[in-house]
Amino acid sequence: MSIMQKLSSIAEQTSGLINESGSPIGSRIERVYSATEGDIGGSKKILVGTNNYLGLTFDKECIAAGHEAACQYGTGTTGSRMANGSYAEHLALESDLAEFYGVEHCIVFSTGYVANLGMICSLVGPENTIFLDEHCHASIYDGCKLSGATIIHFRHNNAADLDKRLRRLGDNSANALIITEGLYSMLGDKAALREIVEVKNKYDALLMLDEAHSLGVLGATGRGLAEELGVEDDIDFITGTFSKSLAGLGGFCVSRHSQLEAVRFSSRPYVFTASPSPATIGSVRAALRVMQARPELQKKLWDNATFLYHGLKAMGFELGPEIGPVIAVDAGEKENALFMWQALFDQGVYVNVVFPPATPNSSCLLRCSVSAAHSREQMQAVLDAFTQFKQLQSVTAAQA
Amino acid sequence: MPSAENKTLAAVIEILSPFAPENITVTPQSTLMKDLELDSVKVMELMMNLEDHFDISIPLNVLPEVNDIQDLVNEIDKIIGTV
Repeated sequence: MSIMQKLSSIAEQTSGLINESGSPIGSRIERVYSATEGDIGGSKKILVGTNNYLGLTFDKECIAAGHEAACQYGTGTTGSRMANGSYAEHLALESDLAEFYGVEHCIVFSTGYVANLGMICSLVGPENTIFLDEHCHASIYDGCKLSGATIIHFRHNNAADLDKRLRRLGDNSANALIITEGLYSMLGDKAALREIVEVKNKYDALLMLDEAHSLGVLGATGRGLAEELGVEDDIDFITGTFSKSLAGLGGFCVSRHSQLEAVRFSSRPYVFTASPSPATIGSVRAALRVMQARPELQKKLWDNATFLYHGLKAMGFELGPEIGPVIAVDAGEKENALFMWQALFDQGVYVNVVFPPATPNSSCLLRCSVSAAHSREQMQAVLDAFTQFKQLQSVTAAQA
Repeated sequence: MPSAENKTLAAVIEILSPFAPENITVTPQSTLMKDLELDSVKVMELMMNLEDHFDISIPLNVLPEVNDIQDLVNEIDKIIGTV
């Protein structure tokens, strides 16, 4: 198949998925009114597909900080961190994050994706073995591939399965890197981190934890799952993103290991990417302050998540295994998923739809993301939209 | 007495059978995705079952080289050292 034939094939498979009046992927959002509402397809929709967990995208302090940074440093750095793109603000954010996590070292990357890519391909090489949970994010898989290491995945959240695979590696297990996530992005479930840490310690391997979806969401101060479970000292490298709870763009890695600093020289995705814009760094610094000053945001987020999860469960929907800010609704086959998505959209609710192979099983998912900024009325409106879908489904089935 | 390779082939076909369509006869030349209609999720599940059976780990790195059942048998034999 030629290059152009390959692209034509993809275009054929995806035709009709993107259109002007609102579509399940790649929708054009005309206006954003608030952290929870936007204009899509010509009318106001409740946004239930964002990762805006703490609802800080319109926070006045964050906007003001971004504005001030842009005025002080300009719109862009026009260079990589290793060239002319490390401003005082980038270094200050690294200090803020290191202090927040109680460690000495932090590197800020341009996105969360780049943080995983840059860390993994710098930590390991062809002489190493990586063990990753089978539900890990694409950025982790891509980083593993780029590293050239031997890649072995273990059954999702199954520490016994990981143990078995490390045992098979024999004496080389101490030279292995285990990768897991705090909160998994598709089904919204937490990692079996305490058990994984036990296995990690048993084999003296290194452990990298991606807290992208759990920063601001889990832990007494919002540091994530490792904080919630009291295992932070056992994690070698924690990566994360600014594009979810911190409502900006960028990524990071924190570590108690001084060797992290060497990554600045060995990570091609760090060296050869433009650094985050000053406005982004300014707003993220402010969001980190706001998150710590307002712990009630995390409580509101969980109240909303609990309300929506129980409401959907009571209606009989098949959901992810546990309550959390990511609520995945099993939507079955593609045709049903699109029908379901459209029914919700027509009721003024925008959710994300995810198709296999991006989903953990062979089933499509409607992925609802809850925010602390959602009001109870908005959460009820989302439940009402799902009720409408059920009624529409019954009518359609009766007519068939 | 079957050769080591044939024993591997027989085990692979047996483990694969619940994943394959009922009307398909699995041969060494059967391709995983086209002939046996396995999507990527099923391929991963199959790999894990094979790993458990042979008590080995099959690196994801080898999968791009695995097109049909014989390729899979060859990779397993390489890992368990019977080739």
